[in-house]
Amino acid sequence: MSDYVRQLPHQGSHDMARPPSAISRLHIDVPLLLLLLVLTLYGLVVLYSASGESMAAVTRQGRYFLVGYVIMFLGAQVSLQRYARWAPWLYLGGVALLVAVVLVGVGAKGAQRWLEIGGFRFQPSEIMKLVVPLAVAGFLSGRLLPPRFLHVIGALLLLALPAALILRQPDLGTALLIAASGLFVMFLAGIGWTYIFGAVVLAVASAWPAWLFVLKDYQKQRILTMINPETDKLGAGWNIMQSKTAIGSGGWEGKGWMQGTQSRLDFLPESHTDFIIALLAEEHGLRGILVLVSIYLLILLRGFWIGVHAQTGFGRMMAGSLTLTLFVYVFVNMGMVAGLLPVVGVPLPLVSAGGTSVVTLMAGFGMLMAISTEQRRVVT
Amino acid sequence: MPQHFDLKDPQLESRIYGARTVIAICIVVVLLGIVLARYYTLQITEYETYSTESERNRVQLQPLPPKRGLIYDRNGELLADNRPTYILSVVRERVEDLEATVAELQALLPVSERDLEIFRKKLNRSRPYDSVPLRLRLTEEERARLAVNRHRLPGVVVEAQLMRHYPHGDLFSHAVGYVSRINEQEVLELDETNYRGTLHVGKVGVEKFYEDTLHGEVGYQNVESNAHGRVLRVLERYAPKPGKDLKLHLDSRVQRAAIDALGDRRGAVVAIDPLTGGVLALVSTPGFDTNLFVNGISTANYSALRDSPDVPLYNRAVQGTYPPGSTIKPFMAMAGLASGLVTPESTVPDPGWYKLPGDSRKYRDWILRIRGTGHAPHVAMKMAIAESCDVYFYDLARRLTIDGMHEYLYPFGFGRRTGIDTTNERNGILPSTQWKRGALGVAWYPGETISAGIGQGYMLASPLQLAVATSVMASKGKRIVPRLVMSVDGESLVIPDHDPLLAPPENWDAVYDGMREVVHGKRGTAKALAAGIEYEMAGKTGTVQVIGIAQNAVYNEDEVDERHRHHGLFIAFAPLEAPTIAVAIIVENGGGSSAASPIARAVIDTWLDMEPG
Repeated sequence: MSDYVRQLPHQGSHDMARPPSAISRLHIDVPLLLLLLVLTLYGLVVLYSASGESMAAVTRQGRYFLVGYVIMFLGAQVSLQRYARWAPWLYLGGVALLVAVVLVGVGAKGAQRWLEIGGFRFQPSEIMKLVVPLAVAGFLSGRLLPPRFLHVIGALLLLALPAALILRQPDLGTALLIAASGLFVMFLAGIGWTYIFGAVVLAVASAWPAWLFVLKDYQKQRILTMINPETDKLGAGWNIMQSKTAIGSGGWEGKGWMQGTQSRLDFLPESHTDFIIALLAEEHGLRGILVLVSIYLLILLRGFWIGVHAQTGFGRMMAGSLTLTLFVYVFVNMGMVAGLLPVVGVPLPLVSAGGTSVVTLMAGFGMLMAISTEQRRVVT
Repeated sequence: MPQHFDLKDPQLESRIYGARTVIAICIVVVLLGIVLARYYTLQITEYETYSTESERNRVQLQPLPPKRGLIYDRNGELLADNRPTYILSVVRERVEDLEATVAELQALLPVSERDLEIFRKKLNRSRPYDSVPLRLRLTEEERARLAVNRHRLPGVVVEAQLMRHYPHGDLFSHAVGYVSRINEQEVLELDETNYRGTLHVGKVGVEKFYEDTLHGEVGYQNVESNAHGRVLRVLERYAPKPGKDLKLHLDSRVQRAAIDALGDRRGAVVAIDPLTGGVLALVSTPGFDTNLFVNGISTANYSALRDSPDVPLYNRAVQGTYPPGSTIKPFMAMAGLASGLVTPESTVPDPGWYKLPGDSRKYRDWILRIRGTGHAPHVAMKMAIAESCDVYFYDLARRLTIDGMHEYLYPFGFGRRTGIDTTNERNGILPSTQWKRGALGVAWYPGETISAGIGQGYMLASPLQLAVATSVMASKGKRIVPRLVMSVDGESLVIPDHDPLLAPPENWDAVYDGMREVVHGKRGTAKALAAGIEYEMAGKTGTVQVIGIAQNAVYNEDEVDERHRHHGLFIAFAPLEAPTIAVAIIVENGGGSSAASPIARAVIDTWLDMEPG
């Protein structure tokens, strides 16, 4: 009832001032789209240098972006009610795929993360980055908010099952990201502070047992390396030392586009994928970093704005969770490359080379756009 | 969606959401602030540190070892040159797993335990980003195999380096010496900067004595290289200063003649130009292939050389000291004349033996065993030298006393180093009463003076010392310092002589007469040499007992063990009227002087034949 009332002024301004534009009929959020265009363009410029001036690499990444924009566009056309209806089935399908990974998955370097169907490889955990918040938001939005104890437990179980399956692959980074995306939904749904502080206390208390029983040796090594890269100068510490050197030697102005010696002379590892921001910092300096962070910040703020202005609880929670997940990507990637966080395989959103994360991210932005244009859909 | 009994409160939900969003934005801003602060620290506060670090990554200072100076003989023949070889090195900082890389390299090409040992030691001392050699002298095939696998082996580099090579193998082993890998002791002694990048250092001989001259000065280059150690371009270069070339007095043809004449016998030959002191030949046999040492000799090869009863590593020409035997007699004669105790005409009665007054011991002359009597009833100087009359010199020695002998023989260079420009020279012994008290703590016995008169007993001289003394005789008193090196980069080395030995011309002539008769006389002890000779040669034979022979026992060469046979010695100079070469020869266990004297003829023939005019 009150939802309906609050829409009235908007409805008025839209319907009475002018007929719905083509853009709003296509469910496009213009500010978000513009920001994304700027970000992907910047990403391509950086990638051109990171790939060693390879036009082929830029073209390939451009194609991924194209596919991403199409997916975003399609995702924006789906109504929120439909997302909510699909959520349980997507969730069950996703979990089934994760179980399939355990049974028949393929992998590399000791991690079993992929499914292969007809020569096409994909990572079900990637899909779960969107499906888990969908499922949790769908579950909680149907219930009284803020969530009661039993609902909190239910939501936790919803996110814990896929997270556990992914942890088993093993892929600690993705498992944590997925768990976080579910937790963000719960946080935004307004779960009591008792739960939040309880969880923080529990997390701190379980750190030691986790170190002893859960974390694998290579994971512990990464954490130790982050704390003190100098102890292992030629092994795992090498990457961090070199990326810090790349960042630091960029200074304020940077060495110039395509002038980064750390990356060009192969000192910087993974300079076009996970560590691309070190190259950006080296070639474009702190100035370039500030520009990039500004773009991300504007996208995040737009995401929060969309969340605050969403019409339903489901839309709010989805928008907030997607936005916070994007932030986690940015924060973890920038932090690990600068030696603040342990090295986990998290790419820099829409800048690191690679297709998988582009597809997931753009599908997320498609949902954000669907939420942003929800009010107009209600009207039309 | 199932229906709930609780009523939803959209306004409350929206308010809670708004509050939570504000909290979320705060957290986002704070965390992004932390990340930005981190980037600010790295890029602004610690910019200098990382900028330097990045520059150090990019640019390497590489030492450029200088080219070692070449060594030529007097005719310009190369005795030591440098050949390009390829070295397999490892840059530890660029290798992911050193042990795995070494194992992988071992699978690709042979790496000996010794190579590994040296590699690990060098690794411990190396500076960051130094390339540490693991294997020297790669074959074509090994280089090809490394090239194929290069992409799998980051931090592994193949470098070209010049390496010492001795074209004549063992012909000059003792004269020129050799270089070998720098060892731990030498690392401490050598100039660290100048020897960065240098793998070898002179170990013995001219190679060691002239190390500073031959080595040159290290150069440097700044290169830009990538993380895999591949040099992309040279940014700056300071060229090394090459070592200086040496031209030796040695004549490879004379040297070869001496070695051929010695054959497979153990011995030494030293030939000196009496006018300059230039060493024309310096031979010690058996020799060895000096090339073996350049790349680190294998343990098997080394122990074979070290443990051989023929001690090939021992330079008999300068390290070996032998009793001079009868070769001392011309110098004794000079002493007799200088002291005024004898004249060329004065004689000594010779029954074939000599007795000290009041002593029953008979000092026999070598001729007694052959003829049953002495050389002649009365022997004068010329015959005493020509026929090597022992009695004459027994008598002279007694009258001269051991200290008198020391006084007059010392100027010929006995009993001290000659100062030649090579390593391991020994003093020898020129006995005196003072020497015996000092060295043995015992008084001198008069009987010992008698045998000292014929070069037996305590006296020891190296073939080099004998050659120097012969040179003084040949030049009538010019006391040269023997030299192997004639010039450095074309610039002559001038070494001042010692003060000359002054003696009246008739003294020299008298001794020359005797020494000429040794070769050209009817009863000369080396008269076999005169056959077909086209010049006049002065010489003196010597035979040295290796084991003591009882008073009345007879030495029969065929019956004694080869190692117990007499050493054969010979000294000579020629041409008599204006000598240009003085030689000293020893053939260990040669049986007698007749083993040594033909070598002198071969050496002098070769030298005089070649002389222009």
